[in-house]
Amino acid sequence: MSNQLSVRHLLGIKDLQKEDIELIFSTATNFKDVLNRPIKKVPSLRDITIANLFFENSTRTKLSFELAEKRLSADVINFSASGSSVSKGETLIDTVNNILAMKVDMVVMRHSKPGSAIFLSKHVHANIINAGDGTHEHPTQALLDAFSIREKIGNVEGKKVVIVGDILHSRVALSNILCLQKLGAEVMVCGPVALIPRYISEIGVQVEYNLRKALEWCDVANMLRIQMERQDIKYFPSLREYVMLYGVNKVLLESLKKEILILHPGPINRGVEITSDVADSSQSIILNQVENGVAIRMAVLFLLAQTR
Amino acid sequence: MSSITKLILDQQLLSITIDRLCYQLIENHNDFAETVLIGIQPNGVFLSQRIYKRLLLIDPKIKSKYGEMDISFFRDDFRRREMIVPSVTTIDFIVEGKRVVLMDDVLYTGRTIRAALDALLAFGRPASVELLVLIDRKFSRQLPIEADYIGKSIDTISSEKVKVQFLQPEGEDGVWLNTSEKSS
Repeated sequence: MSNQLSVRHLLGIKDLQKEDIELIFSTATNFKDVLNRPIKKVPSLRDITIANLFFENSTRTKLSFELAEKRLSADVINFSASGSSVSKGETLIDTVNNILAMKVDMVVMRHSKPGSAIFLSKHVHANIINAGDGTHEHPTQALLDAFSIREKIGNVEGKKVVIVGDILHSRVALSNILCLQKLGAEVMVCGPVALIPRYISEIGVQVEYNLRKALEWCDVANMLRIQMERQDIKYFPSLREYVMLYGVNKVLLESLKKEILILHPGPINRGVEITSDVADSSQSIILNQVENGVAIRMAVLFLLAQTR
Repeated sequence: MSSITKLILDQQLLSITIDRLCYQLIENHNDFAETVLIGIQPNGVFLSQRIYKRLLLIDPKIKSKYGEMDISFFRDDFRRREMIVPSVTTIDFIVEGKRVVLMDDVLYTGRTIRAALDALLAFGRPASVELLVLIDRKFSRQLPIEADYIGKSIDTISSEKVKVQFLQPEGEDGVWLNTSEKSS
């Protein structure tokens, strides 16, 4: 196994090789071990300064990145778009270059525009980590999802994973599809017709509109949230109808022939995509995902810092 | 460039040396009730496994705890030298108040041991820390660090390399000194 990433930035799963993903996983395993020690901090990135630029709201991802950075002893500065010069009309490159002028080495960015991370990586010198760019990609989420699956059921290769819900607006869905496929899993998407991108089967993904059939096929189900904030028009008649057709509840899960693993990237809308008894059941690994998120992000930051 | 390889410790001498190190440890640690032995990954663990096994053969009543520690994340040459490949840490105990014996195959600049001392603090505050090395390369230290138990001291110059090899899974035990010479 190679011990260096083939990329300087983490812009999307699309740019990663399978070897990169394996390297991130093996490094994350080391960091997970560190995170279970009495003292959870290592000094590796003590000479690195990282800016967290969140032009779009986030709780989990922002906290997870910040914790990962602090556990690696990096210096951290935080920025959120509300109340900043962005609202005064400053461009993205100007904003970032101003921050980089303060001697920042790496940038973690979330932005509502697809491709913003790629755009930024072409114009500034810092290492860029995409923490979600609009409806495009969210690579660290996909890595931690695959890592959590691997940890729970041994291997991703040959497993069947269904992604349920708002595939059209989900960056988690695209990154997950690419990541799982690179690791050799079979991927299916399931949701209302209007929320499935039209040409998705061309990237080797199966499409199923019936939730029960999808769940009977799969080993793992990744439940996505309906992204109301990105829906400019109505994509389905009512939330109630969505819950009836695409919500997972305990009765449905227990009627399946086998036990499947339930993932959710958060935030959960309890009673919509999954009910509370499913979210809190032993089949759900939602909190393992959050725990693994810190280790995965530590691994990504550590490995990218090595390419500097 | 041609290189000359000199055998420093052959199989027989190596096992005599390991026996001596074990008896020195027993002299200082009695029944090892408060002692933990920690091998430094990746190369120190072959030595530490060997010593731990031998100690248990000499006296099966030895109660020492045994662990292996990876120090990659604590190195001071991260991003300055070659890539660091982390290995596994297996320490399932707290070293608080214990007498720690760190073990590595070769003591050279002392930087690995400095990182190990740092890494050790993550597992508690030990009562004391001792260092056991198979080979001490004298006059090459960059930090004020010395070993308490030494298998063999040798004089080397920086272009020389010490190669320690333990039987695993096949091959010959021994320690070799590699000297690169510039051909004129």
